Formats: sequence, structure tokens, C-alpha cells
Amino acid sequence: MTDMGTATPDAPEVQERTIRVVDAPLAPPSDNLGLLSVFRRRYLLRLLVRREIQARYANSVMGLFWSYINPMSQFFIYWFVMGHIMGAHKGIPNYPVHVFSGMIVVHFFTETFGSGTRSIVRNKSLVNRLALPKEMFPVSAMLVSLYHVLPASFILLIACLASGWVPDLGTVFGILLGLGIIMFLGTALALIFSVANVFFRDFGSAVGIMSNFVRFGVPMIYSFEQIHTKFGHWADYYMLNPIANAVLLFQRAFWVQTTKYPHWTIKHKMPEHLWIDGLVALGASMVVLVIAQLIFNRFENRIPERL
Amino acid sequence: MTESIRVEHVSKDFTLRYHRTFKQMTVAMLKGQEVSDRFTAVDDVSFSVEQGESIGLMGLNGSGKSTLLKMINGVMRPDRGRVLTRGRIAGLIATGAGFHPQLTGRENIYLNAAVMGLTQKETDRIFDDVVEFADIGRFLDTPVSTYSSGMNARLGFSVAVHIDSDIFLADEVLAVGDKPFKRKCLERMEEIRQSGRTIFYVSHAAASVKKMCDRVLVLEKGKLAFDGDVDDGIKYLKYGDDDENAPDEFDGLENDDAELGADI
Repeated sequence: MTDMGTATPDAPEVQERTIRVVDAPLAPPSDNLGLLSVFRRRYLLRLLVRREIQARYANSVMGLFWSYINPMSQFFIYWFVMGHIMGAHKGIPNYPVHVFSGMIVVHFFTETFGSGTRSIVRNKSLVNRLALPKEMFPVSAMLVSLYHVLPASFILLIACLASGWVPDLGTVFGILLGLGIIMFLGTALALIFSVANVFFRDFGSAVGIMSNFVRFGVPMIYSFEQIHTKFGHWADYYMLNPIANAVLLFQRAFWVQTTKYPHWTIKHKMPEHLWIDGLVALGASMVVLVIAQLIFNRFENRIPERL
Repeated sequence: MTESIRVEHVSKDFTLRYHRTFKQMTVAMLKGQEVSDRFTAVDDVSFSVEQGESIGLMGLNGSGKSTLLKMINGVMRPDRGRVLTRGRIAGLIATGAGFHPQLTGRENIYLNAAVMGLTQKETDRIFDDVVEFADIGRFLDTPVSTYSSGMNARLGFSVAVHIDSDIFLADEVLAVGDKPFKRKCLERMEEIRQSGRTIFYVSHAAASVKKMCDRVLVLEKGKLAFDGDVDDGIKYLKYGDDDENAPDEFDGLENDDAELGADI
């Protein structure tokens, strides 16, 4: 092809242009593989996660230390108000560990849910100008929350070791299964609500209220045993809540192993089919994630124009 | 010749909402007013671009240029029809590339490059050139929110031109930035053009389109109104008739503003 720049006074001469051979097929510029394309582009995901963590503690003197202070203060409030003033220490042995192992799970979930919901709106400067899978943002919100599980776990670990914790195989499975449930369920809800929040910001506000229900809908400040004695076989319905499952799995991993006779605690204070319930909850969360992806695909096209 | 961009009967609708809150919407519905309306920003546009062509996309404000560009870039998907592209796309969509305001210039360079599909190693390789071209000095390690609009545009442009892309999109790139930088940009765009990359250039400045492009597309209310020769395209837009664009007619005259595109 020849240069057509006849109108350019300062062009040195008409030169032959290089012919560029592009070794790629003609394809739509936006990849539509959903979550799959997120995991295909792990380097970008890593940058986004790191960016999110850095941005949260930007201009902060204490930095990451805040993520230790926050769970510690909450832990202290529950331990003092619920344990001492309301007298929960008497009913539940090793109450602080009971609360805290549940709190880690609840925090992981509410943080994923909350920041995931806001993630697309917050990143509108990127969403509007760069072609990247929009699922990137809810997923990275989940991973950032997962990262914040670490400092809290560190505090829990110290509390556990101080109260004679003996980990067993159930500890490993409990942690993995519990985290798995929240990762899938949290990502699923973050996907749905992040796109809903683009259309109606009301969803962002509603998330805070729902998080409150989550906090009290799981056996964290009270025990599963109390639910069981109060509601009898209705407690089975209580177990339909995957987050309650995840909390119990974490308590199985940590709290149970700090009690005097773990086997007795499992038999009398934990649900009968803890592992089966947990696996079902994991499977259900995966199904919800697939549904969430379908909903996301349905509305994703309208995101850039509504931001 | 290989096809680089193919746009087939592409349309994009936008929904306009007149009322924001539920109360307002209910009242409007009771009164029988429209709650929302659709308008077609890009309406059944088809064209094909060969690898190495440089296209000037022109049209009045609101004619759908940016929407079309966003669909080629992949930010938006067409409601009807389809867009196909070959190879890596880099460029600027509206001035100031997608930067994260809280991150530093350095971090944004890596992020931007990663979005366009570069690995960390590939970004390391071009990093020094990007910084040198953008000329942002010690602002490199401060958050992008502290940048002036010119610096923002410079950094965005610099990242985009240094990525070895097959298609280069530029939307009003030259609208911000001072004269020396504009000149540098034009030189760089000329290099890109000579290297056989496909250029898609959106501008109001007739002279710079004349200088850069082989072919002009004109959008009018979302429809493709003209597709063909540069001079004819500019004539079609009647840019040459306006008094303010008078210098355009004297091609021999060195008029920087008209040439580089001073308007947004």
C-alpha cells in the first residue's frame, strides 16, 4: 500500500509501508468465557488483587496492622459482652474460640459480599475503557477477602494453642471445606450483586442489612446445641444455610479440638451429619455460582453504558 | 491482504432513563409518561478494514464514534451484528486511559499493559521507553490522581504506543497535551503507520486526519454516511467551508493547531 499523504508538506518522501503479518484469527474482541477467562488471565488477576490490597492501606500509617486490630477488637467485644456480661461462658466451653472460629468465616463472607458488590462500580474507570473480563472484579474482591482471613487465622491459632488445641485430620478437612463453601458462595453472590449494583445502587445498601442477618444466622455467638434443643428437628432447616455449615466446619476444625473431650463434643454439640451436610453445601454453592454466571452474562452487556 | 477489522451490521442501543427513584417512576407511570426510552447510538454499520490501513473516523459530537470504537476495542458488545478483529488491540478510548487513580504511574503502566495481554516480562522490556516517552519525571511513583490531565494523557498514550499491537485505536488522543507532545505523538503515530499496524483514528481535526489516514469513515447519527477517500470525506463533512477551519485549505501553510487537533 502506498502513502496517500499528498497533503503533508513535510513528509520526506512517499515510502513503502511494511506489511505486517498477523498470526491470529478474526475473533470478537471481547472474550466471553466468563470466570474461565478470569483464570486464564491469572497475571492480570494477581495485579488487581495486589492493587486492591495496596489501595486499602494507602495513606495509612499502620497499614496491614489494621487487619489484625479489627478482628481483635470484635473478638474482645463478643468475649466480654456476650461471654462475661450475658454469661455465655457458662454454657459453651472455651467460648472465645467458639466465637472466633465462626467469626473468621462470617467475616470472609460479608467482606466478599460487600466489597464484591461494590467492585464493578468502584472500578468504572477501568470497566469503561479497557476490555477485560468484568468477572475479574468480583473474583478479585473474593481473593482480597481470602487474603484477610490470614491475619485473623493467626490470632485464632494463638488462642487455640493457648487453650490446648490438638489438630486432627478433621481440622484440615474442616478448614478446606469451610473455605471452599464461602469462596464459591461468596463469589456467586458478589457476581450477581455487583451487576445489580450497577443498575440500582440500592443493592449496595441492601448488602449491609443482609450481612447483619448472616452474622446472627450462624452458630457463632450461640451454639448449634442451643438451636438443636430449642427447635428440635427444625434445626435441619437451619443447616440449609451454607454459611452455617461453613461456620460449623471451622468450629469442628478449631473449637472442638480445644475442648476437653473432642469426641464427646462432636457427638453431642455438632450436627449429626456434619461432613455430608458440608459436602452438600459445597455442591449447592457451586450450583449457585453457575447460576450467578448465567445471570451475569445476561446483564453484563449493559454494564458500560450504565456506569 | 488480510482483513484486520470486520464490522457486520453492528447496532448498539442505549436505554435512557428519565426518572431515578422509585417514587418518580411510579408517578410518571401513573401520569402515562415514558419511564425509559431507547436510542440507537450505532445503527447498522458495516465495513471492513485491511491490515495496515489507517482509518480516520469522523463525525459530529454524539454521532456514535466513541461507541463504535468501544465495540471494536471490546469494552462494549454490539446488540446486533458482530465485530471481529485480528490480533492484539491497544490504544486510548477517550482521553486518559483506564487508570486507577489511587495507584502510582508505575503500577498503572503494569496494570494497563496486563489488560492488553502483556506478561510482566514483556512489560519490563518496554517500561523504560514508556516512562521516557511520557516524560512524567518523578511523578512516576505518585498516585495518578495527582497528575495533570496532560500528564495523564501522556502516560496513557505512551503505554498504548509502546505495546506491540496489531491494531491501534486512538480517540482524540491529541486533544490534550501541549504542542511539543502533540508533535511527538504524531511522529510516533507515523511510525506506527509505517510499521504496518492498523490505525483507527478518531478526530475532528481535518488536517491531522489528512496527514495520518488513507481512508475516512463518517458517522452521522449512528449511521455510516461516508466511507472512502480522505479528501472527499472531509469535504463531505464540510469542514473545509467553515471559517474557523480556513487554514485547512492552505495545505502548504504550517498551522499547528489545525494540524494537530486542538479541539475536543
